[in-house]
Amino acid sequence: MAPNGNNRYRSKYTLDREMPGAFPGETITRRRFMTATAHTAGAIAAASFTIPALGFALAPVFERVPHHWSIAGPTDMFVDNNYIPVTITTNPGLGEVGKQLVYVRKHNPQLDTDPYDRNRPFIAISNRCAHAGCPVRWVEAAERFICPCHGGVYDILGRRVGGPPPRPLDRFYTRVRNGLVEIGPRYSVNSELRPFSPRGPGEPLDGIGQYLYPAQFDERK
Amino acid sequence: MPRFTPPVPKALREEPPAPTEDPRTQTPTAKAAEAGITVVDWLDERTSLSGVGRWVLFRKVPKGTNWAYTLGSATLFAFLSQAVTGVILAMYYRPEANGGAYESVRHITNEVFWGQLVQGMHLWGASVMIVLVFLHMGRTFLFGAYKYPRELTWVVGVVLLILTMVMALTGYLLPFDQRAYWATVVATNITGTGPFLGPYLADFLRGGPEFTTTTLSRFYAIHMLVVPGLMIALIGVHLYLVTKLGTTAPPWRRPKEATLPEAVKAEV
Repeated sequence: MAPNGNNRYRSKYTLDREMPGAFPGETITRRRFMTATAHTAGAIAAASFTIPALGFALAPVFERVPHHWSIAGPTDMFVDNNYIPVTITTNPGLGEVGKQLVYVRKHNPQLDTDPYDRNRPFIAISNRCAHAGCPVRWVEAAERFICPCHGGVYDILGRRVGGPPPRPLDRFYTRVRNGLVEIGPRYSVNSELRPFSPRGPGEPLDGIGQYLYPAQFDERK
Repeated sequence: MPRFTPPVPKALREEPPAPTEDPRTQTPTAKAAEAGITVVDWLDERTSLSGVGRWVLFRKVPKGTNWAYTLGSATLFAFLSQAVTGVILAMYYRPEANGGAYESVRHITNEVFWGQLVQGMHLWGASVMIVLVFLHMGRTFLFGAYKYPRELTWVVGVVLLILTMVMALTGYLLPFDQRAYWATVVATNITGTGPFLGPYLADFLRGGPEFTTTTLSRFYAIHMLVVPGLMIALIGVHLYLVTKLGTTAPPWRRPKEATLPEAVKAEV
């Protein structure tokens, strides 16, 4: 090995390369140290604006959204064999965009036989189709929810009976306060009407679906 | 045979006027031309841009080049048109979900001088650009112009196609009428149907689990700032590659047999 480094192979040890002030085992030359310092300084400078910018843009994915209860109407306004459409405000201060239509019905022991709905006094079904989020309409004569976009059809419990939706219509928590029905946060259900945290449209909840589309950080579990 | 006339000896020749005294250089047009040359020379001495200009403009073009080869330039022109009209629209547009956006677009269309024209150019120009992009892509594909050594030009072009689609998607929301709103609801929900990452991507696009005023601001920023910058940079790369590698002859033109090496000749 040539001591001056003229050989193709240059030792990584400063001692082998006869550098002034070298000591055994040292590999960092002054040039390598300067290069690394310059790169580190550049990386810190770039990160100092990239990280805040990324955090700023990505924050909504992780931020928990507060929910509130809105009044649907007096308890005697609703019946147990038909849906009454109620407009609630899900996002205040957004005008028409922040409003949503909810179909509300009194609990019916003949219909709501599944174990999850036995104790709910009122059933509130979201009008957002579980396929692509279009607004569904309750057709009383057919006792079906029908979506105008791609032909999704749901029965009176919101379970899919036709078309592309992968799961039943979403529901809302309900409660009764001072004789008024109040609508709370949204939740999603699978085909057995088992409640899950709210999911986006098009995300199935049966079988492997609940693992492929996990609960979101920004929604209450 | 041409008759040979010997030149007049130097000593007997009439002395030409100095350039500063020549009456031909004293006319206003000559002075203006001289000033222009001085300015261009000054710039060229410092930037060497004239070489770049020659490199870009005086290229060899294969025989058989036809009108189909202008589709790329047409797409570029559509992009420039979108950029200019978009900047003008941004002077009047307000990205407010609470009625402000719709109201500002209504104001542009109905009240601003030539507003309907500029808004219409931007709206229809978007469709024109999509059509031109696909025609340009079809020409490249059918003529085999994506083959070696132009693969990178094709890849950059595909990224530009995707960015054009992103522009179309984000721009669709900005008028903020019923169609814009529901199209974006459906589009973000389709994003959410990708397994594992989809729901997070949809939340990122919407700026939360539901469509809010943040969604409109986000789409506006992506439409105005993020994607145009990327597109301008990538169009630069695309044009550099086109200039560097040159264009291809149409596939129906065969090279002259005499110019082919023996090994290739056997295959043709």
